[in-house]
Amino acid sequence: MNVVSVSENTVVVLFEQKISQQVAAQVLKLKQLIDAELADYVIDIVPSYASIHLSFNLRKINHQGFVDKLETLTDIVLNAAEDDTHDGQQKLIEIPVYYGEEVGLDLLEMTETTGLSIEQIIQMHHQKTYRVFALGFSPGFAFLGSVDQPIAVPRKETPRLSVPKGSLGIAGEQTAIYPFDSPGGWNIIGRTPKNLVDYNQHPPCEFEVGDSIKFNPISKQAYLDLGGEF
Amino acid sequence: MSLDDLLPPTLQIVKPGVISLLQDYGRYGMQHYGITNSGPMDEHAYLWANRLLQNNFNAPQIEICLGGFEARFSKPTRIAICGAHLHPTLNHKPLKTWHSYAIKAGDVLRFGGAHHGLYTYLAIAGGFDVKPQLSSCSTVMREHLGGIHQNGEKLVAGDSLDYPHYNERHIKGTGPFSTVVPEAYIPSYPDKISIRFIPNYSENGCGEATLNKFTEQSYRVSNEINRMGYRLKGEALPHDGKSIISQGISTGFIQLPKDGQPIVLMKDRQTIGGYPLLGCVAHLDVAKLSQSKPGVEVEFVKVGIQQLESELVEHLEFFGVAF
Repeated sequence: MNVVSVSENTVVVLFEQKISQQVAAQVLKLKQLIDAELADYVIDIVPSYASIHLSFNLRKINHQGFVDKLETLTDIVLNAAEDDTHDGQQKLIEIPVYYGEEVGLDLLEMTETTGLSIEQIIQMHHQKTYRVFALGFSPGFAFLGSVDQPIAVPRKETPRLSVPKGSLGIAGEQTAIYPFDSPGGWNIIGRTPKNLVDYNQHPPCEFEVGDSIKFNPISKQAYLDLGGEF
Repeated sequence: MSLDDLLPPTLQIVKPGVISLLQDYGRYGMQHYGITNSGPMDEHAYLWANRLLQNNFNAPQIEICLGGFEARFSKPTRIAICGAHLHPTLNHKPLKTWHSYAIKAGDVLRFGGAHHGLYTYLAIAGGFDVKPQLSSCSTVMREHLGGIHQNGEKLVAGDSLDYPHYNERHIKGTGPFSTVVPEAYIPSYPDKISIRFIPNYSENGCGEATLNKFTEQSYRVSNEINRMGYRLKGEALPHDGKSIISQGISTGFIQLPKDGQPIVLMKDRQTIGGYPLLGCVAHLDVAKLSQSKPGVEVEFVKVGIQQLESELVEHLEFFGVAF
């Protein structure tokens, strides 16, 4: 774990540079310590797969002073026993998904690449609870992992110009929902009727890095009843 | 008192120009939801405009890109114009940039085009009165967030912006504040600029050899520039093709994508990214780069953090920036 000074008021904590549950647990542990101890100084904190990006208030603390405080916290995480980096405070969020072929735009193609039936793909996808490893790309876009190997299909060679809002996709071992209409190259397997981002709410989005997400399959009727569109 | 006296003063947009956006200092503390900071591209010009009017540092202004803007004031107030010289006129009489001016009811303000620079800022006494969204009214078109209609839209003809009633005493010029920015702080936006940056030597960097090549050559600002980032054009830098695991990114980060041509990230950048980093442009030099048109020659100079830190603290204190 390494604290890198990036600019006058920005530092990045780099963890072991790999994507794993263990590193993600360390990221969460440090993030919680920072929230508890350094909130007065922090302007923005962006945890990701294997890093925490921080910008801080130079009118309250100087650069070296912030780095020193941060290093005391990274030491705590480093010295913590592995079972101490358990995830305590994160939320479990359930998201309804309609996995129908009208909205699962790539399900059919995935049956060819994976050799699985549509039912098997859906079953394999929704039976797991996923972790939010990173959040970005666009507001509320959460990178979730990890999907089981048999359905971990790579990004599409030609991205779609527009993926409909609420679409649920797979790219390699990652899965995510597009909170807005946007271009994108993920393999689309379903769609949620749930609005994931609301700028008029504080916070604008229910989940954060470290939270768990469970997808609940719903029927076409339930999808429509919840305001889902085609 | 007539009914008209009870209505809030408004600025009516007659012509919005190329892109004119409502901006305050930016939207902070939301980056972990994937929401960018936004705020003025040229923080130097923006902060001076608020200072000339004794506004709060965060008071909403209009950021006018490339000019063509025209608007009419319904009631007296005071305005300040800072940034690129877009040949402003008030009722067809030329105004200076980096100045503040008294405004009468019915005055019409127009902006032409710029020979140098890209952005100019129109500030108004007390700031435009706009409801913030997630603690800021900064407009992010890509995120459909902020602005007067709270949907990320740029200003259009017919929009009208409320502003506070103005105290007549100030309009007569007896206010205790300067109406002009001191000469030493007025940039000229030359065709050749030097940008200071803090090099990145971490494992998510590009390596010392590539960093050296980056500072040995000069670049041109390409045509691909917007509020998210400025692409530069030069001799392609060696790139080992690696990408990094996506991490948070800030304004001023210099990313090196696989084509070897650096991109400097600006105020509306995405919040996380996966390209290796050459370094980060000095906070105060981002403003300078933001005003550089395509074709401007840019050289990058390595500078240590300590020197830049004290300069930035002085800047934040001078303008009363709270963070």
